[in-house]
Amino acid sequence: MREEQLKTILLDTLQEMAPEMDLDAVSPDEDLRRALDIDSFDFLNVIIALHEKLGVEIPEADYGRLNTLSGMLAYLSDRTG
Amino acid sequence: MAEFCMPSLGADMKKGTLVEWKVKPGDRVRRGDIIAEVETEKGIIEIEVFMDGVVEKLTAKPGDEVPVGEVIALIRTEEAEETEARLKVSPAARKKAAELGLDLTGIQPTGPDGAISLADVERAAGGIPAKKAVKPAAPAGKEISDFQLGMRRAIAAAMGRSNREIPHYYLETRIDLSRAMNWLTAENQKRSVKDRLLPVVLLLKAAALALTDIPALNGYWVEDRHQPSEAVHVGFAIALRQGGLIAPAIHDANRKSLDELMSDMRDLIARTRSGRLRGSEMTDATVTLTNLGDLGVETTYGVIYPPQVALVSFGRIMDQPWVENGMIGIRPVVSATLSGDHRASDGRTGAQFLHTVNRYLQEAGKL
Repeated sequence: MREEQLKTILLDTLQEMAPEMDLDAVSPDEDLRRALDIDSFDFLNVIIALHEKLGVEIPEADYGRLNTLSGMLAYLSDRTG
Repeated sequence: MAEFCMPSLGADMKKGTLVEWKVKPGDRVRRGDIIAEVETEKGIIEIEVFMDGVVEKLTAKPGDEVPVGEVIALIRTEEAEETEARLKVSPAARKKAAELGLDLTGIQPTGPDGAISLADVERAAGGIPAKKAVKPAAPAGKEISDFQLGMRRAIAAAMGRSNREIPHYYLETRIDLSRAMNWLTAENQKRSVKDRLLPVVLLLKAAALALTDIPALNGYWVEDRHQPSEAVHVGFAIALRQGGLIAPAIHDANRKSLDELMSDMRDLIARTRSGRLRGSEMTDATVTLTNLGDLGVETTYGVIYPPQVALVSFGRIMDQPWVENGMIGIRPVVSATLSGDHRASDGRTGAQFLHTVNRYLQEAGKL
């Protein structure tokens, strides 16, 4: 999948989770949970939604790589090859 | 005939606006059915009926702002139906009584053969005070700022009362979660993403089980004494994105499996944020649990939600130095805090509770 496509899917997923947040204002290396005010339930829902949309099974041990937008994109493009 | 009144959906609620009826006169209802939606300061709540019967009359209409305790519907209960079936009533009297929403069993008969006549119904109706005028409701689709103002006032009323009336005491302990987290990590590795458990579910279950062991912290302070509750309904504090919070009840949390608790919490969070809670969820909590760990908070000293008698809080799970058997190591540790109502319990009881929570968390596989 092209990186552009991945980015769109990722941003859509995050926007669904935090509808009132302005994602454009989030810088690529900012801590996402803090920037979007999402708790561990929201975060798990993001992981589930990404699993459903992209078929990527993300193990808990990898959560640490998903703290920022750039981290998420890099991780997902690795895993979707 | 039973009167169905505007329920109180929290210590802080004074009135509610009827948004929609889900039933109409003549409908049969069962205890627990949702019969109406009411808008409160905490959003739109689905109201459940507490009896079996047939809807006789809806006395409030959508848009009406109704004080707590005022009749909004009349329900002919099955018991009343049986009694009424034995009553002799003239057809005109039955019709008039239904129109007026009068309970036939309460009317003194003077007609032939001991039957209730139209005149009896009219006389009985005369004794009924005229229905209070209700103000026109605020328009639907209120400004968000109104909602926020209402929410702040509701919280102000409840928390103000709590601090005035409840002599709080606070106890805090640190709990080693290494066994619990090891168990959870292994368990989650076996599960697909959508079935994974979050640590908070372990904390919730451990607290709920500990409350069954220490009932002095569960229930309500009413009429100058503690009325313990056998059921453990844990109010789980959920922050709203637009500000404010609601702590809807997770019913019978002590009896549910971790998977059930996980799906209950997920469902409750979604419905709290979309404003689709049920009346019983707003009123049934026998204790409150708050967890600000996701926001990085280490320890919370919570304010008890009256008339409850305790509030349990957990902080962030953090890797910390921990000494056991003379060895120092790094372990995931959580701070557990109890806010207790000193009228209902003493520090010793609170200490036993925290000790019991710890004990359960050391055997997470059995939760």
